[in-house]
Amino acid sequence: MFVRPFDSQQKAVPVVIDGETVMAAEGEMLASVLLRTVPFYTRTTPVSESRRAPYCLMGVCFDCLAVVDGVASVQTCLVPVRAGMRVERQHGRREVPL
Amino acid sequence: MQSAEVIIVGAGMVGSAVAYGLARAGRRVLVLDGGDGDFRAARANFGLVWVQGKGADMPAYQVLTRDSSDLWPQFAGELAEVAGVPVDYERKGGLAFCLGDRDFEARGLALHRLHNQLSAAEQDCEMLDRVALEKRLPRVEFGNNVSGASYCWRDGQVNPLRLLQAMHAGIERLGGRVLAACEVSQIERGEQGFRVATANQVFGADKVVIAAGVATKGLALQVGLDVPLRPQRGQVLVTERMAPFLPLPASGLRQTAEGTVMIGATKEEVGLDAGTTMSSAAYLADKALQVVPRLAGARLVRQWSGLRVMTPDSFPVYAQSQSHPGAFALLCHSGVTLAACHAERLAEAIDRGVLPANLEPFHHQRFSRDVRQAI
Repeated sequence: MFVRPFDSQQKAVPVVIDGETVMAAEGEMLASVLLRTVPFYTRTTPVSESRRAPYCLMGVCFDCLAVVDGVASVQTCLVPVRAGMRVERQHGRREVPL
Repeated sequence: MQSAEVIIVGAGMVGSAVAYGLARAGRRVLVLDGGDGDFRAARANFGLVWVQGKGADMPAYQVLTRDSSDLWPQFAGELAEVAGVPVDYERKGGLAFCLGDRDFEARGLALHRLHNQLSAAEQDCEMLDRVALEKRLPRVEFGNNVSGASYCWRDGQVNPLRLLQAMHAGIERLGGRVLAACEVSQIERGEQGFRVATANQVFGADKVVIAAGVATKGLALQVGLDVPLRPQRGQVLVTERMAPFLPLPASGLRQTAEGTVMIGATKEEVGLDAGTTMSSAAYLADKALQVVPRLAGARLVRQWSGLRVMTPDSFPVYAQSQSHPGAFALLCHSGVTLAACHAERLAEAIDRGVLPANLEPFHHQRFSRDVRQAI
């Protein structure tokens, strides 16, 4: 599914990424917001801690993982944005979930 | 015709360990591995080097397992050096979790009974009640129903894929060869030793070791060994990588060096079917959540299955053919735990051409009725 961001018909919604508010188009996938937001990565890997950005955009590659509203390892390419969503880039191995 | 002193049919855990041991003893070994589509327990297993709870009514197996556990530290160190591949081996002890008081009591009794069957051996297991368990694993929040665990200091864990890779590399570094896609169809005695044939090649050797997993039966029959075996499916789940929280491996639950959590394993009698099922995934996940409820928020990344190589009493078969001396059949389901013993003691015995007295209980003649009645 492709969603065109900032269609004039769409409402803009605020999303908080690592503490900074970014505007996204309502219904847009979170990964595409992260793709265009400096510094353009979503996570670092568990082993080498090198950076990864959204890649396949269809739920296959798991490179777009981030912490969404406190839930780690969320595939952001499969999650539409919601107003006020809190997103954190995910660094290395996640903690055992709470 | 390519030849070797010993041909090992099968490059899984058993064949590779024996081949590595023989290569280390200076033998020229040739390991013939099967095809990519073959059933491969060696690539599906859980990676425990496990002692506790094993060997009920078979003291010889308890001894074999303990011996292998004791040989493992040196085996792992040497292998990593020879092969240049680290295998993530650890021996900090292992746990078997108990759910409910009755389970805790039954576990204690079972281990006590096992210990009684092994005269004059020190007890290597202890029961940890809930308080002692929490003290031992402070970073784990256990489920309400966890009553404790049994702990055995001899238990450990290893990365089984690296172990296999290391043994293959070790064999080659010691001058042996491992050939892929060499499915053996025929084994016969020629004028000089054995002829081992695949669809398009023939190899020669003084000795032949058949360690071909579930394919062992048909091959062993060709050298006069009728070994009873059946496949038993085990399904395993693995989660994403997480920060370390489980410092000890447990029966059915361990966190790997990379941080993934492995959850296993089913025991299913489904013949030659290495598929996976949703119902088993649910069963395994539920079992793990009873022990560590917080895993509910972890992502599963894979589910797979492997076929254990099971004998009627579940214990290994080690046998040399009487009609074809120099031909051996080896099979077992705990190839990782026993790898150290296979590389040391079993390889040495095969090299000498005689299986020693402590391995005699593992001949498959124990399954024939006459022998049973005599016992």
